[in-house]
Amino acid sequence: MSYATGLRCRECGREYPAGPLNVCDFCFGPLEVTYDYESIANVISRESIAKGPPSMWRYHPLLPVDPSHAVDINAGFTPLIKANNLGRSLGLNELYIKNDSVNPSFSFKDRVVAVASTKAIEFGFDTLACASTGNLAGSVAAHAARAGLRAFVFIPADLEHGKIIGTAIYGPTVVAVDGSYDDVNRLCSELSDTYNWAFVNINMRPYYAEGSKTLGFEVAEQLGWKAPDNCIVPVASGSLLTKIWKGLNEMSYLGLIDNVNTHMYAAQAQGNAPVVTAYNANTFNVKPVKPNTIAKSLAIGNPADGYYALKTIEESRGGAWAVSEDEIASGIRELAEKEGIFTEPAGGVVITALRRLAESGQIKPWETTVAFITGNGYKTQEVVEDSAKPILIKPTMAAFEEAVSVRP
Amino acid sequence: MFAHRKNHRKEPISRYLSQFHGCIMAKQRVRFTFPQNLITQPVIHNLSHDFRIVTNIRRADVRENVGWVVMELEGTEEDIENGLEWVTSIGVRVDPISGDVVE
Repeated sequence: MSYATGLRCRECGREYPAGPLNVCDFCFGPLEVTYDYESIANVISRESIAKGPPSMWRYHPLLPVDPSHAVDINAGFTPLIKANNLGRSLGLNELYIKNDSVNPSFSFKDRVVAVASTKAIEFGFDTLACASTGNLAGSVAAHAARAGLRAFVFIPADLEHGKIIGTAIYGPTVVAVDGSYDDVNRLCSELSDTYNWAFVNINMRPYYAEGSKTLGFEVAEQLGWKAPDNCIVPVASGSLLTKIWKGLNEMSYLGLIDNVNTHMYAAQAQGNAPVVTAYNANTFNVKPVKPNTIAKSLAIGNPADGYYALKTIEESRGGAWAVSEDEIASGIRELAEKEGIFTEPAGGVVITALRRLAESGQIKPWETTVAFITGNGYKTQEVVEDSAKPILIKPTMAAFEEAVSVRP
Repeated sequence: MFAHRKNHRKEPISRYLSQFHGCIMAKQRVRFTFPQNLITQPVIHNLSHDFRIVTNIRRADVRENVGWVVMELEGTEEDIENGLEWVTSIGVRVDPISGDVVE
């Protein structure tokens, strides 16, 4: 069973029964899932969670779906590793990496799509759809395959071939839209009004977004049932940052962890930094921008949850940092060389922002800090193509020793 | 900039109404973001007046240097398309109310 009670407008507070709806009919504000926390408190405990499956479904009472028919490709419960090497280099003694790049389709999107696809089946949809530049497309296609749903994935026509293969392999209908990024946005918004499909991040958005809370739950559990002091989170739509915060606070509300004193930090690339720009201008008015960044998975110029991300940053007394485009690849390399984790550009943004926050003294050496790595580098190898410089030698000992001066 | 409006203003009401016959009426929810130089301009009034679009504002935040308005537009598909083309051409950013949906 599900403990979700319905939907509530985040702006005017009007309530709606659970349905495939994402905006308030009255004020057009975004809707959010509401829960019966009293009943959840009666069934959830550290022990009940620990006995659950090693996946995001161990937290099912706090998700808005019935877990008995979950679309499960084993998303979640990804490693939280103590990053001693990177921590030493940054002067941080308690640095952790939440490596969500090892989810089944290699990004954190599996968490949100798992919830959205399960809810889509509950609502009786037979088609799952999304518009995507990569990670979401792969996850929607994989979940649709697992659930036996039809899938339509809309992509910009100029998307890299590797990403198209990573989606097409699961068998969806891939539609390449010949137009600008804004054209793709507009078309898919119109399609969602016309076709009776479950668009995971449009009409299913309130449920979809709840999947991101599981990142907050896991980090708290993996830290020994406590909230970290700092979270460094990549920001695209802004939903992930707000939901990690919500997840930590739900755990505290239910008595699973103590008070949450976590500072939430947003990381964006300068080529698309509407949230950081608003934060630096001390306003909650997020001005849309045209994305121009190599961090494609963060390239959302008009973030749906930008305002709420800024509110979360304020509430948590956190901050925001935009890293230059040139620094993104060095962030990717730093994480790979120091911790053995190959991330996509969004991860490079997080690691570089982390470095800047540590250097500026906003993050203290003794504080428990978690950097969220949300996508896998194998999908975006072109960004660090110049790393591949093998030493070419003849197949002899002499050639090797001449080329490489190391002792046996 | 507003030369195209002249014809609309001089149309007799009967001709004005006849234009709806055979047209598909539509509703569209949009978010306008205004740059600083348009904050003081009656853009929404002009959109409604010149393109025969009913504008229904639901939420807005207009400040000294930036403003946004979330509203529903109602009119013929063609008028809405032309109206949105016009507001875009003068520098207003038009987005779906759900923000970017390509993730």
